[in-house]
Amino acid sequence: MNFWNAISVGLKEIWAHKFRSFLTMLGIILGVSSLVAMSALVKGMEVGATEALIAVGGLQKLRIERGDVPIEQRHLQDQSRGLTMDDVYAIQAGATLVSKVSPEVRVPGATLSAKGKVTRPFICSGAWPVVLEQYEHEVEHGRMFNEVDDDQARSVCVIGTGIRDQLFGSPEEAGREINPIGETLTINGEAFTIVGMFKHYESEQQRKARELGIKQTFSRRSRDRGSFVYWLKNNTVYIPLNAAALKFTASPEGRSLGGGSTDPSSLTVSSIEVRLSDINQINEALQQVRNILFSTHKGIEDFSFRTQEDWADTIKAFIRNARMSGGTIAAISLLVGGIGIMNIMLASISGRVREIGLRKAIGATTADVFTQVIIESVVLALLGGLMGLVTAVGLVQLLGQLSPTENDPIISFTALLVAFCSSVVIGILAGLLPAFKAARLSPIMALRYE
Amino acid sequence: MALVEIRNVSKIYHLGGEEIRALDDVSVDIDGGEFISIIGPSGSGKSTLMQIAGCLDTPTRGTIKLDGAMIQDASPRQLAAIRNRKIGFVFQFFNLLPKLTVLQNVELPMVYGGASSSERRERAMQALKLVNLDNRTKHRPSQLSGGQQQRVAIARALVNDPKIIFADEPTGNLDSHTGELILQLFRQLSREGRTIILVTHDPEIAAITPRRIEIRDGKIADTVDATLAGLDRFPLQPTP
Ligand SMILES: Nc1ncnc2c1ncn2[C@@H]1O[C@H](COP(=O)(O)OP(=O)(O)OP(=O)(O)O)[C@@H](O)[C@H]1O
Ligand SMILES: [Mg+2]
Repeated sequence: MNFWNAISVGLKEIWAHKFRSFLTMLGIILGVSSLVAMSALVKGMEVGATEALIAVGGLQKLRIERGDVPIEQRHLQDQSRGLTMDDVYAIQAGATLVSKVSPEVRVPGATLSAKGKVTRPFICSGAWPVVLEQYEHEVEHGRMFNEVDDDQARSVCVIGTGIRDQLFGSPEEAGREINPIGETLTINGEAFTIVGMFKHYESEQQRKARELGIKQTFSRRSRDRGSFVYWLKNNTVYIPLNAAALKFTASPEGRSLGGGSTDPSSLTVSSIEVRLSDINQINEALQQVRNILFSTHKGIEDFSFRTQEDWADTIKAFIRNARMSGGTIAAISLLVGGIGIMNIMLASISGRVREIGLRKAIGATTADVFTQVIIESVVLALLGGLMGLVTAVGLVQLLGQLSPTENDPIISFTALLVAFCSSVVIGILAGLLPAFKAARLSPIMALRYE
Repeated sequence: MALVEIRNVSKIYHLGGEEIRALDDVSVDIDGGEFISIIGPSGSGKSTLMQIAGCLDTPTRGTIKLDGAMIQDASPRQLAAIRNRKIGFVFQFFNLLPKLTVLQNVELPMVYGGASSSERRERAMQALKLVNLDNRTKHRPSQLSGGQQQRVAIARALVNDPKIIFADEPTGNLDSHTGELILQLFRQLSREGRTIILVTHDPEIAAITPRRIEIRDGKIADTVDATLAGLDRFPLQPTP
């Protein structure tokens, strides 16, 4: 009996019990479709996360913050003076593996107001103009403040569109572009002139949703879920570093900096952003920066590094977990599907004892009977698998349509292949026991059977 | 040399400690071209003998030589091939596959024998013509009468042109008239030179064959019981 013959016999047998076969296939259909849909969702998340990671400066960005001194240095605690402009200059001068350095002075408890409206930004910091590149910002209206603004500690600021929306109204609501360049806002009571505004940041998904015209739900939803990074960037205000030092630093030295005339190197900064020249030398660069800071801090380790890698690791761990749990669910449904197939094949065999006996009596070998049962079981699983793939594609499209602002699920070829192959393997495994049973039937027992 | 040599064959079943001798030291030779009936009361071991001679079952003791080959030396695969090529079976309950058409049922032995589909078709049509059913090829077994179904089964038994045909109570499920037609068919096949072994408990049927073997309690009866063999009613026909 050749292969095609066996397949056609298998198909006929399945067709003869359409409904029963379909029910049997359900497990496989569910398993395969959940496998594919789950992997598509995770893939979509992964792509979205990578996009967001790039939006905050990529893996090459490194943040130095003030940290607790280690236990063995506790007695030196009072000598710790935190991060200062000294450190910034030292890194600039000495760290060859670092391409950009920018200090940041956070404005504590910043409250913005303009035209009677009040808002609290997510980030309100004094910074150097280079901060633009550190955070991958792009100024769309007006200009970024420059070195001169910084030197003179001018009261100018650059804002994100989120701030604009809060203080001056959003273009979506107004139905026209709102450009607040030249307007004045106050930061904790101090007046600043808006000289520039960043472009509106959004993920690919949000852009798509906006272009599709889902305007009402979009801004609220994007804030609530996912896309936090973009919301954060839109809710940012930057002022010149010296302006921040002059107006918002409580310490007397800070105040004495006025006009940038005195030596600013003792100015305390909240954090230092560093961009590495080469992502592959991340550890060497870290060591270099650490050495420099050790010397400027007289050996006191009162600083810590925050890399995006931590974040990337968190995302990776999350994705791995999502994959694991999704995979487990899919595996269980596949297992259940396989048991269903085995069950129905066993039932089918006991209903066909006479047929099998007759086939053996007229010349079917043990192997013929065995392959026939296996093929039937594989065909059953395969059909289930194919239906599962179709269901999965439909399911994924449905998911994409239900939430266009989320990351689009992405069906990968590998996922399809894995799902398909696992249904074949399940078909074979589920068919083994029934096939053994069928092949072992003696022709006389089978012919005697009434 | 005989086509079938059955030597000292015993078949013993054990049922709950009890020993059942379905066959007890049976020796028979059957020559090529013979038309022979195996007769005996129910439970005497006729079917068992046929199944062992037909390679469907193995004896507990004794040997079978079929067309020169010792079948206890054959592998299961070789036995399947012997059943496929050298033996044709006709059963009391026809044993056609209900989901296949008449033509497909007749083609089935060739599916396992490995003939091309055009050859299968051609030979199946020939066999169906022989039993006069070449006009019902597309029908399912359930759409045929019992006699017609048995003729399909005979066509299936003939299609690989086997050396021996075993028929176990082939008329057992048919009315006497239809049974008579089936027996006519066997007689015709015998005249064409085929070896046919007919198992029956009915002396009237056994009477149509030139040679009869009687089995009682698993043993070959030395003397043919004239009543049982139906010899009192039917004159013995001359051997062709
Ligand atoms: N698988 C088995 N297990 C136990 N005993 C069996 C088995 N097969 C057959 N027998 C016994 O062997 C004996 C012969 O059976 P067999 O089927 O050969 O009889 P038979 O002559 O064909 O009878 P009938 O005319 O009723 O078909 C019977 O007593 C039967 O019960
Ligand atoms: Mg019998």
